[in-house]
Formats: sequence, structure tokens, C-alpha cells
Amino acid sequence: MRLYWPVVIAATALVGLLAYGVAAKQTDTSIDQAVASGERIDAPEATLPLLDASGKGSLADHRGKVVVLNFWASWCGPCVKELPLLERTQEKIRDQGGMVLGVDYKDVRENAQEFVTRFNLSYPHLRDRDGAYAEKYDSRAFPETFVIDRQGKIAAVRRGPVTREWLDATLPPLLEEKT
Amino acid sequence: MLPRALAVLLLALAVLVAPAGASAATPRASLPDIEDEVMCVECGTALFVSDSPVARQERALIRRLIAQGKTKGQIKDALVAEYGTGVLATPQRSGFDWSAYLVPVLLVVLAVGGVAFAAWRWRRPRDQEPGEPEPEPEQPPLDPEESRRLDAELAAFDK
Repeated sequence: MRLYWPVVIAATALVGLLAYGVAAKQTDTSIDQAVASGERIDAPEATLPLLDASGKGSLADHRGKVVVLNFWASWCGPCVKELPLLERTQEKIRDQGGMVLGVDYKDVRENAQEFVTRFNLSYPHLRDRDGAYAEKYDSRAFPETFVIDRQGKIAAVRRGPVTREWLDATLPPLLEEKT
Repeated sequence: MLPRALAVLLLALAVLVAPAGASAATPRASLPDIEDEVMCVECGTALFVSDSPVARQERALIRRLIAQGKTKGQIKDALVAEYGTGVLATPQRSGFDWSAYLVPVLLVVLAVGGVAFAAWRWRRPRDQEPGEPEPEPEQPPLDPEESRRLDAELAAFDK
């Protein structure tokens, strides 16, 4: 009888630990559900190192702009393929209060910088070296792109490569919104 | 003659020991040796079992650093600088990863405690149940005379 409660407590603690471990690995779909229902939720923030310079930056530095937040990596073929389109988008929306912000994910800095140079990317890039920031966006397949409105809320999500059509349909209404 | 022989012997020893000492100080890194101690950062498996694009990038980085003459420790540090501590296959001593160290220790403590408790229960004289007859008190050993008489009487029964 005296052994009963310690065993029960130890077994419960172990089961709780396992449940936490499993739950922590579950995919969270709250961002996609919110966007699909027309709701805009706050875009997760984090201060991250800049890819091509010393110092740090964050999404919050660009509050008031429509931000095309693109998660990419140099080892990801489809990510690299869409970089020229994102650069053209940057040039197109820059004067309308919009911008592209790249987030280089789990990548070798030197390799990523090579692509920035090769494609003459003029937009800034943050460095999410351990993927913790992407995790806040429930990232699961790269590339992934989120469009953040002028209030810092997620207005659109693209899991997979962006297309000219998707950007043309998504960005103009958001660029017309006032701060 | 003797000092000269001693000098030759010492020189031979120095030649034999020097490379071993040098290699012990800076062990030469190899890809297979590092591959099983780091993770593929995107797939969640050890690097040596993965062939994903990011795993290939990690291998290329390791090969480049080996070619630069870096040690295993320096290469692992470089991997952490690029990908964060998650690239190491061993759990970190922080946050939830602590459980990887604590749970086995707790289980061992619980197992040892359980075995000790069971042994103590087993060796302890059983508690008397209600209605059970009183246990007989231990008898003093028979002296030689009584023992002889008992044997004789038992032998008489056997006849």
C-alpha cells in the first residue's frame, strides 16, 4: 500500500512527459485557419541577425509597410528558383509602401550570401539559423511566404513557391490599405 | 659507450612517441566520425542516414572544414555557429532536453528503490495475521546427552 502512490505518481509523471513531447511535435494550423476564415492574427516577431551584415533586425522594424516575408534556404531548390520573382516584386512595391523581407532558414551563411549576390537581391534578409522563428509560423515545407499588413498582422499565407498570379492578386488590396 | 647507447635509445623513443603525442593533441577529423554525432537539421535524423539537400550541404561544409585541417571539435563548433545547437546529436542541457538526462536517472533511482524496498519486505519477519497461532519460541540446542538419548529412542521406533 505504501508503494502504491509513489508508483502512481511516477507513472503519471512519465505519461505526462511523453504526452508533452508528442504534443510539442504536433503541427499547429492556427495561422492557416485564421487566414482562411478572413481573420488576421499578429505576425510572430523575433530579433534575428542580419544575413549580410553585422547587427540585428526584425519584422517590427518595418511596421507600417506591407511585408512579403519569405522563408528560404540556399539548399532548397524551389526557394532559389523564386528569388528573381521576389526581387522583381521588391522593385515593384518598394514605392508603394511595400517590401520583401527574406528569412534565411537553417543555412550556411556563406552559401546564402552567394545567392543574394548572384541574383542581385536588394531586399534585406534575416538569418534564422536554428529555425526557431520559422517554427512560430508553423513552417513545414519550404519555401513559405507570408504577407504581413501595415498593422503587423498576417493577411496571406503561401505554403510552397509563390507565383506571379498569387502576388498580383494578394498585394494590391493590401498596399491600398492605410496605416 | 654507455652514454652514447643511452642517447640513441632516447632518440629512438622520441621518434616513436612524438607522432603519437601530436595525433593525440589534434586528432584528425573524418566525415564518418562526425556524421554520427550531428543531426540533419531539417530531417530530425542523424546526418549519416540522411541524403536530403540540407544534409548534403552539411556534409559539404564538414568536408570543406576537414580539408582546411580543422579538428573535430572545431568542425562541430562551426556547425553550431551555422545551424544552432540543434545540429548536435546529443541533447542539450537546457529546457525540455534536460529530460533526456533526468528521466534515465530517475528510472534508475526508482528501480533501485523498488528493489531495495522489495528486499526489505522479503527479509522482514511477516506480521502476525489475526487468528494465527503464536509462533513457537526458539528452543535451545540439545546437549550431547539429550541428543544421544533422542537418537536411541528414534532408533527404537524404527525397529
